[in-house]
Amino acid sequence: MQYTVDEYGYYGRFGGAFVPEILQANIAALKAAFRRYKDDPAFCAEFEQLLKDYVGRPSPLYRAQRLSDFYKTNIYLKREDLNHTGAHKINNTIGQILLAKRMGKTHVIAETGAGQHGVATATVCALMDIRCTVFMGATDIERQRPNVERMQLLGAAVEAVHSGSKTLKDAANEAIRYWIAHPADTHYIIGSVIGPDPYPEMVTHFQQVISREMRAQLKEKTGSELPAAVIACVGGGSNAAGAFYHFLDDADVALIAVEAAGRGISSGETAATIATGTEGIIHGSRTLLMQTADGQIVEPYSISAGLDYPGIGPLHAHLHISGRARFLAATDGQALDAAFRLMQLEGIIPALESAHALAALDQLSFGSQDHIVLCLSGRGDKDLAAYHTAAAERSAAAAFAYQHFSL
Amino acid sequence: MNRIDHLFQNREQPVLSVYFTAGYPGRDDTREIILSLDAAGADMLEIGIPFSDPVADGPVIQDSSAIALRNGMSIGLLFRQLQGIRDETAIPLVLMGYVNPVLQYGMERFCADAKAAGIDGLIIPDLPVREYALHYKDIVEASGLHMIFLVTPATPADRLQEIDRLSRGFIYLVTAAGTTGGALSGSDEQQAYFEHIGRSGLTQPLVAGFGISNKQDFNRVCQYTRGAIVGSAFIRMLGAANTDLRGNIAEFVQAFR
Ligand SMILES: Cc1ncc(COP(=O)(O)O)c(C=O)c1O
Repeated sequence: MQYTVDEYGYYGRFGGAFVPEILQANIAALKAAFRRYKDDPAFCAEFEQLLKDYVGRPSPLYRAQRLSDFYKTNIYLKREDLNHTGAHKINNTIGQILLAKRMGKTHVIAETGAGQHGVATATVCALMDIRCTVFMGATDIERQRPNVERMQLLGAAVEAVHSGSKTLKDAANEAIRYWIAHPADTHYIIGSVIGPDPYPEMVTHFQQVISREMRAQLKEKTGSELPAAVIACVGGGSNAAGAFYHFLDDADVALIAVEAAGRGISSGETAATIATGTEGIIHGSRTLLMQTADGQIVEPYSISAGLDYPGIGPLHAHLHISGRARFLAATDGQALDAAFRLMQLEGIIPALESAHALAALDQLSFGSQDHIVLCLSGRGDKDLAAYHTAAAERSAAAAFAYQHFSL
Repeated sequence: MNRIDHLFQNREQPVLSVYFTAGYPGRDDTREIILSLDAAGADMLEIGIPFSDPVADGPVIQDSSAIALRNGMSIGLLFRQLQGIRDETAIPLVLMGYVNPVLQYGMERFCADAKAAGIDGLIIPDLPVREYALHYKDIVEASGLHMIFLVTPATPADRLQEIDRLSRGFIYLVTAAGTTGGALSGSDEQQAYFEHIGRSGLTQPLVAGFGISNKQDFNRVCQYTRGAIVGSAFIRMLGAANTDLRGNIAEFVQAFR
């Protein structure tokens, strides 16, 4: 398969393990453990059991009828928002905590932006009785308060990160620094398909359940396993990797990834890595990233803290360069429009991240016979404040327009 | 002969190497710091190339990097600042920087310009030996620059030998698991690690770094190595230095002798 990883963690020319020498032994041990257990029957049975009884899988594939009518096509939502803790992130943390336990690790660390991965990590650490520390940018702590409180209730220590821009990339930097200083007893659960080999491959592996289920559910609902298109949002790219995985070799299935354009791709306030990035190395992986001509990493911006990342997983860089996946971008405003539409038509409040995937429906056109699967990666509980503010601004703007222009 | 080799062939006393971040505290202090350190009796210098996301560094070097970038420091500017430095000093100069800015500059161009500026060696802590051997070794060696790799308490025996084979000039012995700017523990475990590396039959000289901030630390590690590198302690001093940069630097170096 031309989209799978090679022995050294490369997807085409992207990937690898650019980490300081002190971590080389750690990632080698992790890779060996992953290789040893990924197909181990006892490991797989425990993983599948937890996904079923604890996470609530399989997540439904829901035919969104009113949304389908609106776009004059057939839209199926993969309901990762209904998972325990409210997003796809838990699939990966369950897999990694089972590995960490088998490796004899006594402490787990994680980075988080929106807090979804932090909550998913705190959750599995409570479940497995392992000490948990989550690194989170001071800026994100302010804008994602409810998730900070969740992590703390679950027994995790939340470390505020004050370096750099105080957001997701800095939280990852600080987690790496902590791991450098505590390599023996600590496992670092990275929350997306980013980072050094074996993380992109391993996180993809734990997320591929998404497309495995999609195929079976599509077959049942439509008679065919293959949709016309699969749509997912991309921050680092884990829900997209999971949603694309089992369709990679089906060339007729369009794979559509949606990045966060922030205030616009050319606005200077964006997180659209594919649209604005160039090749380089971030967090141990050769990939596409947002950087200056001098190779300094640029601060990204998105209304969605979970997409506010200046890099992208090496798998996605490869899917882009090879033309296998198509990358679109949605602005803050377009994502909000799409989120409000889903609320009104389907009674579902999506995560702001997932709203970017929904926004792609406005940029694409599908036939009335096409089946489209969209990965609804998470629910919007954490984003109520942002939606509330946006709704208030919109009604104020509408009232203003009404007063001034409609007479 | 490469100035690093010349140093280790001729100096019997422990080598004192000092690290500083280019562009800190002031954008144009680079030259003055080099010449002052040379005059004060340092044996070798490591010039840090600032990076936005220095994951192997503790708070002191992180802050100096952020300030240097705000000051407008870049690789191109550093090479311009170094022009003609070899008319004024023969002290071995090593560039230390993260891989991404180097790759954006272009490895070939980077090595050529570094060599032309009078640089003797490179340390790129997040460029692993495998990637180096596959893609960059020929370029670096053809330029005449020495590539220096790090060994750590987590480095297994087979990697140790590979690092010895690929390193030129010296091997950077990281004193403990951690980022820069920690403290030297002096524990039995640390001593056992130093002794283990010392007995590993490495062909390149060892120079210890990370957590060495005073004469006592320096003397302790130099029982096992040919020298040691002082970084964060020097940066801290620069941050607190008065207008007499040269005098402050002389005093700092003297304290290690
Ligand atoms: C609901 C949701 N979707 C998507 C993402 C983005 O991550 P990824 O691109 O790895 O799926 C996040 C990250 O926090 C998230 O919480």
